Amino acid sequence: MSVGLPVLILLTSLLVAFVTFFLPQDRHQVRNALNLGGAVLKLGLVGFMLSEVAQGSIYETRMQFAPGLFLLLRVDALSLLFVSLSAFLWLLTTIYAIAYLRGKPHLSRFFGFFSLCVAATTGIAFSGSLISFLIFFELLTLSTWPLVVHKQDKKSIAAGRSYLAYALPASTVLLIAIVWLESAVGPIEFVNPGDLRQLSDTSLRVIFVLFIVGLGVKAALVPLHGWLPAAMAAPAPVSALLHAVAVVKAGAFGVMRIVLDVFGLDRMAELGLALPLAALASFTILWGSARALNQVEIKKRLAFSTVSQVSYIVLGIALASPFAVIGGLVHLVHQGLMKITLFFCAGIYDERASIRRIEQLDGIGPHMPWTSLCFSLGAIGMVGLPPTAGFVTKIYLGIGAVQAEAFWVLAVLAASTLLNAAYFLPLVYRIWFLEPGQAIVEGPAPTERPTGLIAPAVVTAFAFVAAGLLAASDFSPLAWATLIAERGYLP
Amino acid sequence: MRASLAISALVAVPLLSALLAAVWSQRGAMCATGGLLGVMLALMVLLLPDTGRGMTSLAVGEWQPPLGIMLRADGLALAFLVMSACVMAAVLFSARRVPADPGQTGEGRRQWAFWPLALLLWSALNVVFLSRDLFNLYVALEMLSLSAVALVALDGKAEAVAAALRYLMFAMMGSLAYLLGAALLYSAHGTLDLALLADLRLGELGLAEQGSGTGSVGGTRHDGLREGGAVNVLAAGLMTAGLAVKTALFPFHAWLPPAHAGAPAPASAMLSALVPKASFVILMRLWFEALPGLASAALLASLGTLGTAAVLYGSLMALQQVRLKLVIAYSTIAQIGYLFLVFPLAGGDTFTQPWAAGAWTGAMFQALSHGLAKAAMFLCAGVWIIAAGHDRLDGMRGLVAETPMTVFAFALAAVSIVGLPPSGGFTAKYLMLTAAFASGQIVWAAALLLGGLLSAAYLYRPIALAFARRDEADFAPVPRVLQVAPLLLATAAILLGLVSQPPFSLLQIGLPASAVEGLE
Repeated sequence: MSVGLPVLILLTSLLVAFVTFFLPQDRHQVRNALNLGGAVLKLGLVGFMLSEVAQGSIYETRMQFAPGLFLLLRVDALSLLFVSLSAFLWLLTTIYAIAYLRGKPHLSRFFGFFSLCVAATTGIAFSGSLISFLIFFELLTLSTWPLVVHKQDKKSIAAGRSYLAYALPASTVLLIAIVWLESAVGPIEFVNPGDLRQLSDTSLRVIFVLFIVGLGVKAALVPLHGWLPAAMAAPAPVSALLHAVAVVKAGAFGVMRIVLDVFGLDRMAELGLALPLAALASFTILWGSARALNQVEIKKRLAFSTVSQVSYIVLGIALASPFAVIGGLVHLVHQGLMKITLFFCAGIYDERASIRRIEQLDGIGPHMPWTSLCFSLGAIGMVGLPPTAGFVTKIYLGIGAVQAEAFWVLAVLAASTLLNAAYFLPLVYRIWFLEPGQAIVEGPAPTERPTGLIAPAVVTAFAFVAAGLLAASDFSPLAWATLIAERGYLP
Repeated sequence: MRASLAISALVAVPLLSALLAAVWSQRGAMCATGGLLGVMLALMVLLLPDTGRGMTSLAVGEWQPPLGIMLRADGLALAFLVMSACVMAAVLFSARRVPADPGQTGEGRRQWAFWPLALLLWSALNVVFLSRDLFNLYVALEMLSLSAVALVALDGKAEAVAAALRYLMFAMMGSLAYLLGAALLYSAHGTLDLALLADLRLGELGLAEQGSGTGSVGGTRHDGLREGGAVNVLAAGLMTAGLAVKTALFPFHAWLPPAHAGAPAPASAMLSALVPKASFVILMRLWFEALPGLASAALLASLGTLGTAAVLYGSLMALQQVRLKLVIAYSTIAQIGYLFLVFPLAGGDTFTQPWAAGAWTGAMFQALSHGLAKAAMFLCAGVWIIAAGHDRLDGMRGLVAETPMTVFAFALAAVSIVGLPPSGGFTAKYLMLTAAFASGQIVWAAALLLGGLLSAAYLYRPIALAFARRDEADFAPVPRVLQVAPLLLATAAILLGLVSQPPFSLLQIGLPASAVEGLE
């Protein structure tokens, strides 16, 4: 059982994907049952695994390809941080997508690639070696493209082109880094990365930079972030997937693996790479926020906010002090929960009230109370106000910065918080305190039905508030991040 | 006994069914199916573990070399035999279902000539993979080229005939050069058997003459051989040039695009996926098995350079084409370029790292996965030609709604051609890249990586166009069965990477020592 479980979890999404591809468009019941069933099953299995790994189990499955090429699935605590997030959000996004896309064409294609994306994400989380990671990373790139161009209009096709134009050169760079490293050290497993000393310090530095560039496109590090705002042309569930569940997170998770497992915090510091990485992350945080400020479309503003927020993860890892690492790890979950709530709500606004631009939000609160409540909570969380999960992240990063004696980071955090407030709070103000515009008053009353549309947003909003309020409990994401850090990465 | 019977069957069955199909022209498809079944049975016998798999040899007519001809099913041969059987199965299946196109001039000819030619080509192909004799290889190669030329001209359109003639010219030049080289070798050494030539250790003599040899030259050799050094190099050079022309290595590629784009789609699939592989396999046999050590660093580097040039030229040309079949054809030129990187990568220095010595195997993976993926692509093009009536890229808009399975198949094939994981193309690229990095030959690594990016660029265009929306779609319906064959082939190309262990260990059977130790 312990050998087969990772494969089984992978198959829950993979098999669903393959079966869905061959379902005719009008078999709604079968398709929905299949996708929801797969998601529920997966969540159950992941839950079981969480309890096992918490007690110290490790799962490992190995599949041999050619020499040097093998698929290694190895589940440790860090894998589970990512997998539980994506399994939980897959279920919610599936519910949301079923409601959102009701009556739209090409649904089998959509849900097929959607499940394939989640399978790739699971594979990324489970990967125990660099090559396994690359395989799933590429699978993710390819299976996301049909989702980005799903609407098949000019804008979507252009977004898809831009996505690939960023992602494929990046994966080439990643491949160079992997092959360079492995041709000197041998196949690299995360649990035992071999003796990197066989390479000179300069080579190692170059390889590290190649890794960051290769992963940085997906993690949307400036200046490699250009594809992300463009990809907003995709349907809302896809944006949710890109921003919270899969793509951006895969990049950030990759940075974690490279820094924590392949290089290690100590070697990164020895090579003098920690400070540049922290600086890059800080720059991305500020740049993303600054660009978000002058966006007039809601989804575009959210996209630039993602650029900024994901770099908190990278920043935490780069600072390398205990609290900072924990803060970075836990933000993977926190940001996912908050950002997906915002995108769910943005999708509902767009779909039910045709609200796409910020000034259209005026006074929508009382008309769409649930959506507006969740949206506002998400905004507050992004700013980092208590009692939300965003607050926990920022406190940990702040203490971590002090521990690492990088006091300039405090200034970055403060500036970023102010910027976050500047571009999120006016939205909240507009929603609740301004008089509604003509379109809302005179038009038909916007609904938040069906339940499948609004329920996922309510659940995720509840989740990140709970993650903030109950951060000190044994079952919070914070507790798990602390466990990860204490088990492997901290002295 | 069973094994040697199977080897004879691999040659004889397609040949007999070709003859049958020529005589019994109404039932060509049936003869082809029979041939397919026979070959598959023979392959199964050879692949069974208890038949001493791999190194079964057969001396034709029980005449031992140097008098007779050896056929040997080593790992290399078996891998290519299986790959071409897969491609042929898909091609024969597709060709059977292509609906008749009234008013086309070549229709009648196509009916009766396609099957014998395809089967003849297959038989020749199998001989090339199995044969251990340079003259026997020449005969097979000629048979292969002639049937390929005839397949190009099958439609009878003016441009197809012109393309076929051009192909014929190039093929003849190539054959002449090869034959001349073989004749020189025979006059010098009295044998054309690969194993006997290898026993002569011609390479060490060549090195001794240059005065830079590290290998010891035994005093037991007689002087006549010693003088043969220059002849050896000349002969090998001529044969290599001839084979390079037939493989369409840049700059001898001019015949390929019009020929491959002009033939009917199932024929193009065979021509592009299989025919260049035959001459490439002979090149590998020549350098890595018969004449290892004869290669100089300059020769290895120049073959690598031509390969790189082919990658760049083929990709850039593919980017500019407006017809899908031409895109695919130029892509073949680029992909063949990768194959020639094996010479500097596997032929160069010996490696200190055991996992880095995979360049030879990597090149074989490249040849195999390209065969599967490229055949899938041409069959996809065939499907779209039925749907849209032509293969211009701008007419492909909206095809995803009409033929989703074919678009998916094309995309899967593209994954392998670009070399993205997990696919046969990726395994190939990884093995070759590791070899390049481990031996410090970064230039060839750059060619591999740049080629991958360029191929992504030119293959992106058809896929993105197929995905673009078109409201007034007026495509002709395509039978669903026709769409299955390319999907299966493309899946096979992916599987070659996903389950690469069996093909990898197959290729290690009879692996020439020089593939691991280098040629120099």
